[in-house]
Amino acid sequence: MQPSQTPPHANLAGWLYVSPLVLVLVPFFVAPILVVLAASFFATDGFGGLTPDFTLASYIDVLHSALTLKLYLATIKFTVLTWIFTLIIGFFVAYFLVFHVRNQLLAIGLFLLCTVPFWTSNIIRMISWIPLLGKEGLINQALLAMGVIRQPLEVLLFSDLAVVIAYVHQLTIFMIVPIFNSMARIDKKLIEAAIDAGASRFDIMRLIVVPMCKSGIALGTIFVVSIVMGDFFVVKVMSGGGSASVVSAFYEDVGVLQYPTAAASAVLLTLVLVAIVSLILRTVDIRQEITR
Amino acid sequence: MSAVLADMRETVAPATTKAIAPSKGGRPWTFYVLAALFALYVIALYGPMFCIYILSFQDIRGGLVFPMKGQSLHWFVDLFTQVRTGDVKGSFDRSIKLAVIVTIITVVVSFLAGLSFRKRFRGDTVVFYMMIGSLVAPGLVLGLGTGLLFQALGLNASWYTSALGAQLSWTLPFGVLVMFAVMSRFNHVWEEAAYDLGASRWQSIWLVMIPVLAPGLVAVALFGFTLSYDEFARSLQTAGSLNTLPLEIWSMTLNVTSPSLYALGTVTTIVSFIVIGASLGSIVLIQKKRGSGAKG
Repeated sequence: MQPSQTPPHANLAGWLYVSPLVLVLVPFFVAPILVVLAASFFATDGFGGLTPDFTLASYIDVLHSALTLKLYLATIKFTVLTWIFTLIIGFFVAYFLVFHVRNQLLAIGLFLLCTVPFWTSNIIRMISWIPLLGKEGLINQALLAMGVIRQPLEVLLFSDLAVVIAYVHQLTIFMIVPIFNSMARIDKKLIEAAIDAGASRFDIMRLIVVPMCKSGIALGTIFVVSIVMGDFFVVKVMSGGGSASVVSAFYEDVGVLQYPTAAASAVLLTLVLVAIVSLILRTVDIRQEITR
Repeated sequence: MSAVLADMRETVAPATTKAIAPSKGGRPWTFYVLAALFALYVIALYGPMFCIYILSFQDIRGGLVFPMKGQSLHWFVDLFTQVRTGDVKGSFDRSIKLAVIVTIITVVVSFLAGLSFRKRFRGDTVVFYMMIGSLVAPGLVLGLGTGLLFQALGLNASWYTSALGAQLSWTLPFGVLVMFAVMSRFNHVWEEAAYDLGASRWQSIWLVMIPVLAPGLVAVALFGFTLSYDEFARSLQTAGSLNTLPLEIWSMTLNVTSPSLYALGTVTTIVSFIVIGASLGSIVLIQKKRGSGAKG
């Protein structure tokens, strides 16, 4: 139904029920974004004081800095690597649960097994890699004992590799749940028909399962991309300070009270994120998918 | 969650197996490959966590890596008695209180928003995208904005005002999305039947919808509690002078290099597991009660 055809009382009831949500989102999402936008045009005295002014100085600083390009490249590298690994693992885990596990109770149990860590602390799950990846950690100990290496690998912890491992560990669940959800909705008669028509199992996956999971993949991608691009503590801790991302640089700027520069970089990052998310949303009507 | 499970029960059960993998007899080779992948994934998911739980039970000689040095509860005692590790007890207390407040608000507001989105209304798309925006916006940036806003208005940032709001901007979109999934499986016939029998709008919500949707509401509560209890990026600039637990853990990762960090991880994970267990248990209980009621 088009909004123009909506009867007035439906509008009233709709707004009545949704008003508490709006009353939270306006002061705690819309207003803070506007504050950051305003701060990006302000001048600073360098000690955290802001002068209401209109200057593009912060943007010019950010855009002219060679560091900015480096930060974006690092962030994009982490995002793409994490996206590829979470997508592959998430897709096949969901595929296994939906199409290969015969007992439905077992499938539900295994699905829950995958989701439980989502409800525990991310920071704790991240630091839990230290006893494994560290210089004297389990992996190095095992490799040394087997004689594969003579000296402990230092690249395991406090490196880009550790950052990607931590991201994939935390975020694969964001791929599994939406892909699982769209796979479970595929009408099984469709697949039977395809088999009867002589399709191979690979054809079924390529021509039926993947296209019908597009909305799940899109939703998972939005989660993974926005979380990795907005993250700073995984990069800071797991790289041991060796790598930086756009938001971890933002965090450092805030730490030294460079609010306008931080705000300008945040506005740019938000624009990039909005562009990516709306590109994804063009391929799938997210609202239709969710409320279906 | 429960909606997803219900969905599974309806669709996966009878037919799946027939098509891609036969329901009886030999399994295709892909089954074994994918089963191995799944097992590896689960091991990688839980393995590291169990390492730190085990390492937190070392005695005073304990370090951050294996091998295990002795067994004791030393680091748990250390955690709650040493000043050096910060105010763990206080921040633990605050985080639980905050999570309870966030849970109550999240359940009520998400339920009402779920009701409103069942029909189109003027401006619904704006509200919807505002919600998605709040979900995907970098938490640290929103937190800084909220902090600066409070500063500009001359208000003091504290865990029960600015941090509460900042956390709601994170838990509510999740709560409403879960509510969407739950509501889309609600059969409107029941509601109409209630109206036909003379129920008021309030009665139909309180006596029909809420009992029917109870498992979904428990799922929303689970999201509200755990997302708030573990929330970090949005609280960092908004919690004011008193830390919540994740902020305490964050400062410990930067300056504590003893197993008391692991002990804290064990303690907070136990709390999470109790909450998850209680929620899933009550969902199962509700479903069971309903099943036996229908039969009897």
